Amino acid sequence: MITLTKTAVRALVVAGAMAVTSVGAMASGEGGHKYEKQDWTFSGPFGKFDKAQLQRGFQIYREVCSSCHSLDYIAFRNLGQEGALGYTDDEVKAIAADYDIEDGPDSEGDMFTRPGKPFDHFPSPFPNVEAAAAANGGKAPPDLSLIAKARAASVGPDVGVEVFNDILRMIWHPVTAYQEYGPDYIYALLTSYEETPEELEETVGDKYYNPAFGSGVAIGMAPPLSDELVDYTDGTPMTTEQYAKDVTSFLMWAAEPKLEERKRVGVNALIFLVVFSFLMFFTKRKLWSKVKH
Amino acid sequence: MSGHSTFEPQNGFLKWMESRLPIAGLVHSSFIAYPVPKNLNYFWTFGAILAVCLVAQIVTGIVLVMHYVPNTTLAFASVEHIMRDVNWGWMLRYMHSNGASMFFIAVYIHIFRGLYYGSYKAPREVVWILGVVIFLLMMATGFMGYVLPWGQMSFWGATVITNLFSAFPYVGDAIVTLLWGGFSVDNPTLNRFFSLHYLLPFMLVGVVALHIWAFHVVGNNNPTGVEVKDSNDTVAFTPYYTIKDIFAIVVFLVFFAWMMFMVPNFMGHPDNYIPADPLVTPPHIVPEWYFLPFYAILRAIPDKLMGVLAMFGAIGVLFVLPWLDTSKVRSMNYRPLGRQFFWIFVVVCIGLGYLGGKPAEGGYVLWARIFTVYYFAYFLVILPVLGFIEKPKPLPASINEAVLAKHGDSAAAEARA
Amino acid sequence: MATSEREEPTRRDFLYIATGAFGAVGAAALAWPFIDQMNPDASAVALSSIEVDISSIEEGQSLTVKWRGKPVFIRHRTPTEIEEAKAVDVADLRDPQTDEERVKPGKEQWLIMIGICTHLGCVPEGQKGDYDGWFCPCHGSHYDSAGRIRQGPAPLNLELPPYEFVSDTLIKIG
Repeated sequence: MITLTKTAVRALVVAGAMAVTSVGAMASGEGGHKYEKQDWTFSGPFGKFDKAQLQRGFQIYREVCSSCHSLDYIAFRNLGQEGALGYTDDEVKAIAADYDIEDGPDSEGDMFTRPGKPFDHFPSPFPNVEAAAAANGGKAPPDLSLIAKARAASVGPDVGVEVFNDILRMIWHPVTAYQEYGPDYIYALLTSYEETPEELEETVGDKYYNPAFGSGVAIGMAPPLSDELVDYTDGTPMTTEQYAKDVTSFLMWAAEPKLEERKRVGVNALIFLVVFSFLMFFTKRKLWSKVKH
Repeated sequence: MSGHSTFEPQNGFLKWMESRLPIAGLVHSSFIAYPVPKNLNYFWTFGAILAVCLVAQIVTGIVLVMHYVPNTTLAFASVEHIMRDVNWGWMLRYMHSNGASMFFIAVYIHIFRGLYYGSYKAPREVVWILGVVIFLLMMATGFMGYVLPWGQMSFWGATVITNLFSAFPYVGDAIVTLLWGGFSVDNPTLNRFFSLHYLLPFMLVGVVALHIWAFHVVGNNNPTGVEVKDSNDTVAFTPYYTIKDIFAIVVFLVFFAWMMFMVPNFMGHPDNYIPADPLVTPPHIVPEWYFLPFYAILRAIPDKLMGVLAMFGAIGVLFVLPWLDTSKVRSMNYRPLGRQFFWIFVVVCIGLGYLGGKPAEGGYVLWARIFTVYYFAYFLVILPVLGFIEKPKPLPASINEAVLAKHGDSAAAEARA
Repeated sequence: MATSEREEPTRRDFLYIATGAFGAVGAAALAWPFIDQMNPDASAVALSSIEVDISSIEEGQSLTVKWRGKPVFIRHRTPTEIEEAKAVDVADLRDPQTDEERVKPGKEQWLIMIGICTHLGCVPEGQKGDYDGWFCPCHGSHYDSAGRIRQGPAPLNLELPPYEFVSDTLIKIG
C-alpha cells in the first residue's frame, strides 16, 4: 500500500509539473473580470433568508425590474409561504389584488381583467416574447425566476495559474458549501456599470459598458439602479450597493424558494448519517475483531 | 451460486416452498453463506454502493415521473413545478440529479479498482464485459436523463451528441434523422428519450443481475489476485461483508447528502436553468462531467469521423482488455512497472476529464492529444508488452498467508505451510 | 474457520440493537417524502377554496361550479321546494337530517351541495326524480329538494361542502 501511494504521488507530481509549464502559460482568468465573493445571509449549511431584506428586494423588483422582466414561476401565494418573505395571508391577498390579471373566457367567451388572487402568478410585462424583444432592441429581457441559478461568477481561491485555480475551486466550492456564484454574479453585474472606455466605444455602441457582463462587455440593459432610486421606509441605506444586495437576495429566493427547507432538512439528515456511520463503524469493527483480514 | 446450497429450511412452509421454488436457498447460497475472500479492502464495497445507487435512481425516478411532463412546451415548467410546489419535490429531484453523479463517481472507482487489481483477467472476462455493458447503458441513461429538463444544456447536449452519428459515411444523416424523429431535436426526440430513459434502468437491473451471477460463479477477486484455496481464505458474506458494505454505504451517503443538500447544483450547469432555445447556442457547451474524458478524446482529433471513432473506441477497447493484458499476475500490488503506468493512466483520465470541460483551443487541445495517445497506448501497447518484460514480485501462496504476513504472523504461516 | 471463531449468537449486543434501530428509524424517515409527494401539491392546495358570486341566480335556478375538480350545485330554491323539504318526517329518512341542518340559518333558499351521488360517484341530474330534487341516472337514486336520499341504492344524503356567506351575494366554498 505504501509503494502504491508513493507511485501515485510521483505520477501526480509529474502530471502537475507538466500542467504548470504548459496550461499555466495560458491566459489566466478568462473573461477578465474579477468577481468577488459577497456575504449572503443564505450561504452555508445554516443559511437563512433575511425576511426584511427579501421584502426590500421585492420592492425593488416591483418598482424597477418588473417594468421589463417577468417572474413567471412565482405565484403571489409564494410570498407568504414558509421560508419566504414573511407576509401574512392578508398581506399576500392585498399584494395580489394590486395586480390586474387577465382571466377568462367568461360565459360569453370574452377575456376579462380582474384583481389578482394569491394563486395567480406574477403577470408578465409583455404579452409574449416577440413583444418583449421588439420593445427592447431585439432581445427579450430574461425571465428572473431562475436567474440566480442560471448565471455564474467564477469565484474562489486565486493563485494566478488557471489550472490550479480550477482544481482548487473544484475542491473549495463543495467543501465550503459555496453555491452563491449566481448571486455574486448578479451583484457584480448590478454594481459594475462604468463610463465606456474610449477604445471600446465602437464595440459598445448604443449599449452600456459593464465589465462584469458574462457575454462581452456591452449589455443592453441600462444601469437599473442608482442611489436614492427606491424609497426604503425602514432606515436601510438607499445606495446602489444596498439595492443590488437586496434585489439579488430576492432573486435567489425566487430561484430556490425551498432553500431554507433544503438546508434545514440537510443538516438533520447529515447529523443522522454521521451518527449512523459511527454506529456502523463500531458494529463492523466488533464483528471483524475476531477475523484477521 | 457456486457449489450446491447448504441451506436447510427451518419450517414446514419453507420446506414446501424449497422443493418447488428454491428461492430461499438461492438467496442463502448467494448472499449469506457465499464465501468471500477475507482480505477485501474498501474499494470492494463499491459494488454494493452501486446497487444502492441504481435502486435510488429507479425509486426517485419513478416518483418524479408522477409529476414530470415530457413535452417541449411543458417539460421545463414541470420540473420547476416539482422544485416549487410538489411536497418534497425539490429533495426528490436533487436526489435524482445528484444521484446520477454519485452513480458515476462510484462506477469510476469500481472500474479503476478492477483495472488495478486485474479483476478482468481469466476467469472473470465475462464479469468484466458485462460491467462494460452496464457502463454503456449507464451513459446512455444519464445522457437521456439530462435532456429531460429541457434546459439549454439539455437541448444543445442532445443536439451535439446525436450529431455524432452524422459522422458515419452514407448512413450518418439517416441515423440522426431517425434518432430525432424530425429535422432537429424536438418534441418527438424528447418523448423517445423519456421513454428510453425509463426503460434502460430496468435493462440495467437485468445486466447487473447477470454481472452478479457471473462473479458468483467464479468468485471474488481480491487485493492479492491469488485465487481462493480453501476455507481459511474466506469468510461468509453475511454478516461479515453485509455489515462492512452497509458501513461503506452509509459513509457514501454522508457524502451524497452533503452534495445534494448543500451544493446541489455544483455538478450541474447554470445554463440548464435557462429554458431550451433552438435559436441560441450557449457560448461554451459541455456535457455532464462524467462524459468529459470521452468528450476530450472526441475533440482532440481534428477529423469528425476519426474523432467519433476514437471516442467510441475509448470504451470499445475495454471489451477486449482481458486479452490485451498479457501479464500472468492480476494485482498491480505485485507489478512494479505496471503499477506506475496504471497511476499515470489514472492521472491521464482525470486530466482528460479536466480538458473536456475547457474550451477546445491552444494548449488544451495539445494536452488532450497527448493524453489521448497515452489512453490508447496504455491498453494497446503498454499492457500487452509489459506482460513479457516485467518481473513481478513474488506472490503469496494463499490469501491467508498474505493476511498473516500483514499481521506479522509469518511464523504461523510457515508452520501452517 | 480457524481464524473466524464467532461469538455465541445468543448474546444480543446493545451495539447491534442500537445500530439496527437507528437504521430502521432512518429508513422510515426516508420513506415519508416518497409517500407525501403523492399528496396534493402547493398549487392544488392554493386552489382549494373558491369564491362564487350568486347574485345572478334567480329563484328556481341552479348554478354548477367546479370546486376541487368536483361539481358543486348551488340551488336557489323556490318556497314550494323549501316547504316540501321541511314537511318530511325525519324519522322516515335513510340518513336522517332536517332541512335546517342542510342550509345556513336565514339563507334557507340557498342549497349548496357537492353534486356527486353517494352511491358510486356519478353526477345526479337536477329537478328530476320522484321527490322534486335530484335523480342519479347511473343506478336510480332519488334525492329530495334538500338533497336527501329518498329512494335507490345511495346510502347517504348529497354531501355539503364547507362554505360560508362572505356577503349576501358572495359565497366562499372551501
